[in-house]
Amino acid sequence: MAGADGQRVRFYQVGSFAAGNRLVDPEQRTVQARMDRSNTLTSGHRACQGCGEALGARYALDAAMRATEGKLIAANATGCLEVFSTPFPESSWQLPWIHSLFGNAPAVASGVAAALRAKGREDVRVIGQGGDGGTVDIGFGCLSGMFERGDDVLYICYDNEAYMNTGVQRSGATPPAARTANTKPIGREHPGNEFGQGKDMPRIAMAHGIPYVATATVADLHDLERKVERAIELRGARYIHVFVPCPLGWGADSADTIKLARLVVESGLFPVFEAERGEVTAVSPIRRQVPVEEYLRPQRRYAHLFGDPPRTDIVERLQEQADANIARFGLLPDDASDIDHPRVGSTSDARERG
Amino acid sequence: MLRQLEGSAAVAETVALCRPEVVCAYPISPQTHIVEGLSDLVRAGRLERCEYVTVESEFAALSVCIGASATGARAYTATASQGLLYMAEALYNASGLGLPIVMTVANRAIGAPINIWNDHSDAMSQRDCGWVQLYAEDNQEAADLHVQAFRLAELLSLPVMVCMDGFVLTHAHERVDMPTAEQVDAFLPPFEPRQVLDPADPVTIGAMVGPEAFAEVKYLAHAKQMQALDAIPEIAADFETTFGRPSGGLVRGYRTEGAETIVVALGSVLGTIEDTIDELREEGVSIGALAIKSFRPFPLEEVRVALGAAKRVVVLEKALAVGIGGIVSANVRMALSGIELHGYTVIAGLGGRAITKRSLRELFGTAIEDRLEPLTFLDLDRERVEAELGRMSAGGRSGPHAENILREAGVVAARSH
Amino acid sequence: MKGPVAVSTFHSMEGLRPTFEVRIHGRGGQGVVTAAEMLSVAAFDEGRHAQAFPSFGSERTGAPVVSFCRFGDVPIRSREPIAEPDALIVQDPTLLHQVDLFSGLRPDGFVLINSSHGIEGLGLAELGERVRSERLLTVPATELAREHLGRPLPNAALLGGFAALTRTLELSSVIAAIRERFHGEAGERNAAAAAACFQRVAAEPAEVPNA
Repeated sequence: MAGADGQRVRFYQVGSFAAGNRLVDPEQRTVQARMDRSNTLTSGHRACQGCGEALGARYALDAAMRATEGKLIAANATGCLEVFSTPFPESSWQLPWIHSLFGNAPAVASGVAAALRAKGREDVRVIGQGGDGGTVDIGFGCLSGMFERGDDVLYICYDNEAYMNTGVQRSGATPPAARTANTKPIGREHPGNEFGQGKDMPRIAMAHGIPYVATATVADLHDLERKVERAIELRGARYIHVFVPCPLGWGADSADTIKLARLVVESGLFPVFEAERGEVTAVSPIRRQVPVEEYLRPQRRYAHLFGDPPRTDIVERLQEQADANIARFGLLPDDASDIDHPRVGSTSDARERG
Repeated sequence: MLRQLEGSAAVAETVALCRPEVVCAYPISPQTHIVEGLSDLVRAGRLERCEYVTVESEFAALSVCIGASATGARAYTATASQGLLYMAEALYNASGLGLPIVMTVANRAIGAPINIWNDHSDAMSQRDCGWVQLYAEDNQEAADLHVQAFRLAELLSLPVMVCMDGFVLTHAHERVDMPTAEQVDAFLPPFEPRQVLDPADPVTIGAMVGPEAFAEVKYLAHAKQMQALDAIPEIAADFETTFGRPSGGLVRGYRTEGAETIVVALGSVLGTIEDTIDELREEGVSIGALAIKSFRPFPLEEVRVALGAAKRVVVLEKALAVGIGGIVSANVRMALSGIELHGYTVIAGLGGRAITKRSLRELFGTAIEDRLEPLTFLDLDRERVEAELGRMSAGGRSGPHAENILREAGVVAARSH
Repeated sequence: MKGPVAVSTFHSMEGLRPTFEVRIHGRGGQGVVTAAEMLSVAAFDEGRHAQAFPSFGSERTGAPVVSFCRFGDVPIRSREPIAEPDALIVQDPTLLHQVDLFSGLRPDGFVLINSSHGIEGLGLAELGERVRSERLLTVPATELAREHLGRPLPNAALLGGFAALTRTLELSSVIAAIRERFHGEAGERNAAAAAACFQRVAAEPAEVPNA
């Protein structure tokens, strides 16, 4: 509707579809809001306060358990998730779960799937999961092999943008300018992690032509659950890349995990989309675009950009990256891009699409 | 049924009879014919309910086996040399997780310098990874050991590698009495895992174990290999009953009774050694051979009993612990602890160099007169090494020896351009 | 699989070692390795023990290749390359003055060379002094292969010649081995080439038995 001076006014609904809202129609509730949720990653694990990965994994796995009626096996790479969830002699996992090595989770998952196929138990589904290090670096070969063979595995990457478990070292998923233990901003030439490096894992997954690739964040948990459920409906190699803030590694407030996830999406730095067989099929539009600075400031890993003197040049480069993403995926509604993807704005849209 | 066929084919067909459910394949010389053979059998429908997975590396091959075995499937793969090293992390993982995977190792040298021919460096480099290591003397035994391996592995929840000399056995055509499906089924029951990934009964496999329990886990791994010292002969005896021929076991003596000199070796070289021993015996030399068939667990007691009465022991091995000397001989020496005799280590056949009866005759002749050095390299080109050593001492900073030797041996004409 | 053949065929092996050792020389791509395998299968089909293996070089087309076959009535244990062959088959005469093909050849050994030239024509008159001249022969196996197979692949043909020259194996065993290795039409043509080569060497008629 138009405001007094003809300005377009947009209304957002915030909170009605928030996870756990018991006033919402049962059908619209998240899995987490249900009493019969699996608690696949149950309480008592040793994750940090505010851990985005624990949040993401809990949501993803409970959704997967619901979608598979509990017939699910998980193969987990070495990393935070594996370490905090299985401190000997305890385990938080309430599903059949195997941890083998750092670099082989996709291959182990492929092996589980092969065994199930040999035994005629393809009703049981398989998830491979790991952090960004285990996925885009050391596990990359195995992941690509799994994609290439089309093994019936859903692989979920929880991306907190560094090797967190070993003390916050840089990975192939660490964004430019981020400070890590081995990309410190020492001297003017080093802006933190270098520009021009890094792997765009979701697009690499798409290049394999697999049935389903999606990105998600812990800011929109409905969306994450829906994508997991969508992935489970399909067979073959599937990939979901989940953005999960790490308060400790990023130097952020543990209460800001979900806020940071929302800001990264709204800035355009992390496009949220779905793709099938290499073609983007849906995007989540940015509802209220924010400048990248709003996302960067609350994280001490970017503090060097706002020091004395401030590195506005670097912030500009990051803004350029965000703008490029927005253009490539058509993330701003009503913008003049040629891209015409179906919009995925909220769960109501998803329901209407059926 | 008696057939004349390539060693790799005999192994592939025998493995197929063992009803594997998941077979992983990554090719490396000289194992390729084994995985190709299994692929053909799967595609021809001769293997029921078997998933054949072509993987992107040896690391992936063993990792896929790990996932499959943990899910209760009988899993198999094969590799050699560089491939075995590439999966080193997974080797330890598989044994640590108690997964009864069976793997053929087509023994081949390890680079640099790259070398595709037979020696034992690959399997020897992984002697401590917790896998059982069995060595085949000929293709009959190579085939037979796989049947025994699956049974041993599943009995003890321990992975087993069956070692057969690359090219020398894998690519040799010889007579093999191929087992029948009935015989194998009678001998090898279906795999019943102790612990399995199953939604009906969830377990967590592969959790971290800290200082408070790690030592106990390792002790138990060792204890399990000690149990294998009993299980291996039992299984071999049962094999002989079922299949009608001796095969496997811990050690096998050849004309060792009363022998003054005993030659110890692993794998196919024993054939040539035995021919040499027969000739020397004709000439009145008191000499015999001991084949070690199970290298891990190492049969200390059996080796001691077999060698303890001899005056001298010559360990002939196809690998070398750079910086100290023999590997097998160190293990043999441990078995002979406290017993006084002359012990000699001979490094032979590295990188596929042929071990000839003539060289062995000369070697044994020198040994029985105790004129052998403690450590000898059989058929070494002394001139060449001395030339290279001379160059080293002349100018420090040797650089890579292989490249230096090649440069010296290279075509002189090329340098004139 | 037949039983052992009558003793008379093996008079040449009496007094020799219990195994007959053959070394085959050629170039990569000429089926040298397959030739040794087929020889071993032929021996096996006669109830003998047999072993065949290649010298394991990098197998490029055109590079010199050697393969080995031992056969006899006792189990074969040795794995060493054949240093003192009882018989040599030379599939490619261009190797003759490049590689020491005749190294270790036993004094009463057999040599069968694939060539349309005679021994003198190949410059091997000296060799005739080392070995028994009736055991040193050339045969135009490539031509026979062209005639029967339409392709210059002499390996199977030469085995027929070998059987005739050494009389250590029956032609029928060689043909059975060829048929096992090459199915259908290819098997029949190779068998015909082998029989033709046998005939050439033996200077007596030879028929291909029914499959």
